[in-house]
Amino acid sequence: MKPISRRKLLTAGFTAAAAAGVVAADRLALRHGLIPPDCQGWSGPGETLTYATQRLLTRHAMAREFSRSSISKSPLMNEVVPALGEPFKKLQAAGFRDWRVTVDGMVAHPMTLSIADLRMMPMRNQITEIACEEGWSYIAEWIGTPLSGVLREAGVSPRARYVVYFTPQAEWWESIDMADAYHPQTLLTLAMNDGDLPVGFGGPLRLRLPRQLGYKSLKYITRITLTDSMKHFGMGLGSVSPETGYAWFAGI
Amino acid sequence: MNAPRHSALVRVTHWLTFISFLALLVSGLEIVVSHPRFYWGETGNVNMHPLFAIPIPASRNLVPTGYGYVWPDGNGWSRYLHFESAWVLVLAGLVYGVAGLLNGRFRRDLIPRPGQRTLAAHWRRMRQYLRRERADEDEALSYNVLQRTAYSTVVFVLFPLMIWTGLALSPSFDAAFPLTVNLLGGRQSARTLHFLITWALVIFFFLHVTMVAMSGFRDRMRAMITGRRAAKKSAEAVEEHV
Repeated sequence: MKPISRRKLLTAGFTAAAAAGVVAADRLALRHGLIPPDCQGWSGPGETLTYATQRLLTRHAMAREFSRSSISKSPLMNEVVPALGEPFKKLQAAGFRDWRVTVDGMVAHPMTLSIADLRMMPMRNQITEIACEEGWSYIAEWIGTPLSGVLREAGVSPRARYVVYFTPQAEWWESIDMADAYHPQTLLTLAMNDGDLPVGFGGPLRLRLPRQLGYKSLKYITRITLTDSMKHFGMGLGSVSPETGYAWFAGI
Repeated sequence: MNAPRHSALVRVTHWLTFISFLALLVSGLEIVVSHPRFYWGETGNVNMHPLFAIPIPASRNLVPTGYGYVWPDGNGWSRYLHFESAWVLVLAGLVYGVAGLLNGRFRRDLIPRPGQRTLAAHWRRMRQYLRRERADEDEALSYNVLQRTAYSTVVFVLFPLMIWTGLALSPSFDAAFPLTVNLLGGRQSARTLHFLITWALVIFFFLHVTMVAMSGFRDRMRAMITGRRAAKKSAEAVEEHV
């Protein structure tokens, strides 16, 4: 019998260790929620590595907040107000008095809240930057009530893993994990720069996540649903964005 | 003695870096097309004066380029490709970097030798190139001073800066490590630097390929692919030398 060379032994040992490592990492990742919904396909490995690394390193980190003097003089609403249809126009004409956001899914107390209800909840203001995936950015003061407070009032089931949020535009819905949902800077935003939140910037209600790129901060929130799986929402990738290549986790 | 010109680790990480660099370059330029304007400081958008703008049409109708033409949106596949290849590059770089530190390769082969860290030594080698003189025999075994300086700059300065400025564009990473972006002077500065350092790497890439072509494209490619030493003559010289 030929003696096994040191090199071969090392290679075999390394391969076995790597295989065991991958299996162990997969189990750990599943248990600690380090796998994003858009983990499939050729882009899956990169997205999973990014999300897992971010969750391990930055789970509780707070987005940078800026001084009042650094608020952008000319913020950018990005798009002309989209065609939101007649129902939206009617609500707008009435000062959004009849705007409702429902909280449902895996909660003990499903709720329907008006803008006035939200204004009664604890307010928080933060001066943070919103950055678009295209490259541009601006800083504004955002005022609203943390999503975490609404979730606590609704009594979220401990089995819930994602918060899914919807708008009147069918193609614009998104989801975030519980780490972002309970993050103190995740804000149901009602006002901006000492005034009402303009419709162009998402008024009457925008979910702001300063730790993620702008496309996760959806405008015109109408429904918040808690779920333990993204399988039955759209294509199961966590939102529409990953279908066209935009990562579900946009804290990238 | 029949040691390879390049070890298997160097060859594998070299080609992984090459492939991911091309993917990052193409996808990065595509992402730039969605907002071909660059700013300095923390914030920047079409309502603000750019530091400079690239005179091309954009893939967003929001950007005033004056062309009246809007490219189709390609940021979807570009972003997926950009981050996927960034991971390949970072992981290959980690393996290469740790190995280079541990086995002494950086000290032995990459950093200019103690006696050669002068402009004169660089100029001497440059003159050899310009006069098309034959390379010294020891160059079959290791890099000359110009190669060492160029490769060291890429390995220890340009790629680390690319990764740093890239990480600074992650709002979540900045939340945990705010110095990443603050030391660069803000988000838009980081983006502008990320763009400019790209061109330093592109210039290196063309110089590198030109030098490889001048010193024997096929031999050099064979050395980097199979690990075998290049021309017969210099191989013999090396046998004698060793």
